[in-house]
Amino acid sequence: MNALQDSLLELIRRTSTEIPDDVHQAILDSLEREKQGTIAANAMKIIEQNIALAKNKSQPICQDTGSIIFYVDCPVGFDQMNFEQAAREAVKAATKKGYLRQNSVDSITGKNDGTNVGPGAPIVHCHQHASPEVSVRLVLKGGGCENVGAQYSLPNEKLKANRDLDGCRKVILDAVLQAQGKGCGPGILGVCIGGDRATGYEYSKQQFLRKLDDTNPNPELDKLERDIVATANKLGIGPMGFGGQTTLLGAKIGVLNRLPASYFVSISYMCWAYRRQGVTLEATGKVQKWLYST
Amino acid sequence: MIDLSTPVSEAAVRALKVGDEVTISGTIFTGRDAVHKYLHEGGQLPPGVSFRGGVLYHCGPVIIKDEQGNWKCVAAGPTTSIREEPYQWQVIRDFGLRGVIGKGGMGERTVEACKHHGCVYLHAVGGAAQVLADCIKRVPNVYFMEQFGAPEAIWEFQVVSFPAVVTIDAAGNSLHKEVLAASQAELAKYV
Repeated sequence: MNALQDSLLELIRRTSTEIPDDVHQAILDSLEREKQGTIAANAMKIIEQNIALAKNKSQPICQDTGSIIFYVDCPVGFDQMNFEQAAREAVKAATKKGYLRQNSVDSITGKNDGTNVGPGAPIVHCHQHASPEVSVRLVLKGGGCENVGAQYSLPNEKLKANRDLDGCRKVILDAVLQAQGKGCGPGILGVCIGGDRATGYEYSKQQFLRKLDDTNPNPELDKLERDIVATANKLGIGPMGFGGQTTLLGAKIGVLNRLPASYFVSISYMCWAYRRQGVTLEATGKVQKWLYST
Repeated sequence: MIDLSTPVSEAAVRALKVGDEVTISGTIFTGRDAVHKYLHEGGQLPPGVSFRGGVLYHCGPVIIKDEQGNWKCVAAGPTTSIREEPYQWQVIRDFGLRGVIGKGGMGERTVEACKHHGCVYLHAVGGAAQVLADCIKRVPNVYFMEQFGAPEAIWEFQVVSFPAVVTIDAAGNSLHKEVLAASQAELAKYV
């Protein structure tokens, strides 16, 4: 293993075993809100215990260690092929150490070769930028929450959702209703308004790179984000769908241009076990600093 | 908190109601997508595995071998149960389950099967893989490892005080149905 592979292995370990600080704070806040003695409050207590135990034991927060999605921002001249090779090696090593479950299955034969490396696994998005800095962000997204994601095409007659922000609000709240507790709530929504079917979902997932306590620079979207969380938390779905005060911990909305004929709203749901960490790297491949946790 | 030990009697199961918090101790088996499809298509349980009076856990754990060569469970939260809805009623009927542990709830056919055959659905906290793995004291056996792969295999767990909430009882009640209806009515006020 070289320095880059070691850094990526450590990134995977911390992502799988440690919840980021901003998410942890949101979970603690929601634990406060739930009425003591209810099954919702007891579920939040188990979640809180689980977060501490996973960190102390350096073992996965959730056994579904999910899709492995790397987001890399890099300068011109950065060797992407070398990075991808290092990412694959780090994933194999992390799987052997039990930080990742053997989680990648051949879709036709059903075979699981136990390495987590194969077509589409892991996923690496590289993006060139004008700075010399190399940053690597990692999201591990489990299947339970992935399965409750939804894509709506507006207008939607059944939901009376037109091609405007109010229509977007209606379909986003419908997605929360449909998800109930199935995506391991309290959840976090990543939403993309616009794009095509592929870029819409992709950009909705990129919203999970934002911190929960940030502010959307677009005031209209900021208002919508806050409204979605406040309204969802009035629905009484609650942690695990047990009923209760906290249905969502956050909602993050991004926008892409669309074709005149298309108006997609793509919604990705992230479970409370929101595994997202990031690092900047030195030229040697060593970790310079952590982006989401101290 | 109600303590249950496997095997569980029909009377003990019928006494449970939606919202009860329980702990489970004894032997439980995991089974998820591949196992349900296999049993639905007429497959038989391997020798050594019996679901009669037992509790099935919808779970694909992370398991490693320790220095002594024993299986060790390092993460084991529940997986989404609704994927087993087409099969679960039949597995309850044919194999005599008294409890199914999972997350996210199940549908009408499972509710009916629970009522008819005396079974409950027990909701564990999704994502709480460490708290739940801590309750798994031993992993004596694994079945169908080659055939289905580690997450989909049938793992035999010895558990102590495994926590869960009854969200479908044997009287036809479902917390999932109740919360869905109430949240639907609530949302109608805001859109």
